[in-house]
Amino acid sequence: MPQKALPYLLLLPATLFLLVFFVYPFLQIAILAFSGPEGFTLKPFLTMATHWKFQTTLSNTILLTAIIVPIQLVLALSMASIVAKLKTGRNTILYIFTIPLGLSDLAAGIIWLAIFEQSGFLNSMLVGLGLTERPMLFLGYQNLWMIFVAVILAEVWRATAIVMVILVSGMGLIPKEYYEAAEVFGAGPWKRFTKVTLPMLRPSLQTALILRTIAAFEVFAVVVALGGTTLPVLMGETFNWQFALSDRNVAAAYALVILVISIASTLFFLRVLRTPKGATI
Amino acid sequence: MSVAVATDVPRPVAEINAAGKFVFIAGTVLLCAWVLVPIYLLVVNTLSSPQEVSAFPKTGIPSFDFGSLQFFLNFSGVARALWNSVLVAVLTMVLSIGIGAPAGYALSRFDFRGKATFRMLVLMTRAFPLPLLALPLAVMFIRVGLDDTAIGLALVHTTLAVPFAVLITFSIFAGIPIELEEAAWTLGCNRLQAFQKVVLPLVLPGITASAVFAFTISWNEVFAASVLTVENRTLTAFLLQSLSVSPMHLKFAGGAALVLPALIFIFAVRKYLFAMWGIASR
Repeated sequence: MPQKALPYLLLLPATLFLLVFFVYPFLQIAILAFSGPEGFTLKPFLTMATHWKFQTTLSNTILLTAIIVPIQLVLALSMASIVAKLKTGRNTILYIFTIPLGLSDLAAGIIWLAIFEQSGFLNSMLVGLGLTERPMLFLGYQNLWMIFVAVILAEVWRATAIVMVILVSGMGLIPKEYYEAAEVFGAGPWKRFTKVTLPMLRPSLQTALILRTIAAFEVFAVVVALGGTTLPVLMGETFNWQFALSDRNVAAAYALVILVISIASTLFFLRVLRTPKGATI
Repeated sequence: MSVAVATDVPRPVAEINAAGKFVFIAGTVLLCAWVLVPIYLLVVNTLSSPQEVSAFPKTGIPSFDFGSLQFFLNFSGVARALWNSVLVAVLTMVLSIGIGAPAGYALSRFDFRGKATFRMLVLMTRAFPLPLLALPLAVMFIRVGLDDTAIGLALVHTTLAVPFAVLITFSIFAGIPIELEEAAWTLGCNRLQAFQKVVLPLVLPGITASAVFAFTISWNEVFAASVLTVENRTLTAFLLQSLSVSPMHLKFAGGAALVLPALIFIFAVRKYLFAMWGIASR
């Protein structure tokens, strides 16, 4: 009988751990978001939704995601295609491309701060080239769109690597014969990419898009490093309510909003990019 | 052979090929620069004196002055934050492998009822913004006395790392043929001995790689660290909370301190990254 119990014993620590530290806290968040001093209430949500910052916070986060993720997808596809074609120096290039994978979002924010701050490298270059006379204040509240651009650049710079790694491993699974067959039928490089690579990459694209979209909804440290509180995003407001305004219930309501849009986007990608039955490699 | 082929190709095609090759190489160089130049600029700022960091215009060449770094390392709270970061990351590493590896082994070796349910639970963690867990756990930790402790934060970071540990160790164990274990059993080993003597030496490098990955996840995490620590801040939490008040040179030196270990670790596990993500995307 011990043979039969062994797999369950091995799974027990991980299952218990995930129940206590994953399932239970998320239930807690849901409870917190609907409770007040007198029990069940919708007050946290009302406080959140009627706060003057909420609309901008939500639209900033969604807009950032809607811009960042597609750029990353295109960039990662180009990087993965380059790596697939390389013969010499493949490993070096691949390592360089994956470097940002190991960096924290806070580090990425600080790195791009070095470029965008008033006495930073971008201003040095612009003045050096004679394009502007004096250094400009890029990251002030007068230039909200510039903070936006800086956050987009920093996020694209940092998190494209993970998409590329997933796509490179996905491309490695596509049988060479498919490309040879396409070539025999006269398909050029672009045709081969759109008719063989992209459809065969579906599962990898799905994983990459789910991971990245959720992470993009969680954008936090990059925004704080580059814009302070000038550009409010959902995760930043959650933090703000938890600490500066010390209202756990409203913070939980914000958390629930992030959770709901995350799950909605996951379901969306699971549905749109599902692999047709019997079409696996 | 190749020379003969080259002369056979009509000229226009050769020109198109040459142009295509140029675009390809230029694109590759450009993308490498896109990744490397920002890191270089951070290094320039880190290796300049505090005066040079706030000076304008910048030359883009480091003066190899260690003033900023010294200021950072002597700044009150930095040494402790560095130590806390290492401590939490090591605890995360040990916990996530200790919890994840047995599960990965079970998934790779046994067929049992509930296997699909367990896989579903692990995969589901991906659809959730995990750092948010810190909010309710902050309350729970105060109740059980784990608030503001390294182990408390490590438990949250383990939640982030465990799904990866399970999936990665699953793929590593699945790569070891079960016949090797069976051979050891017939030679008189019991299950545990066979695992120790045959499987463990083979999987050790892969397990190390996923442990390093868990370390990096914890080292880089900002949100949960900032929510759960007050006195015992990790480096990320310390930097985040002092962002609005600290001088520029402190930020850049701190950023460099965050980047350096991560660079080394990614280099150390580069061989395993693709195998890891290849299987993680199934």
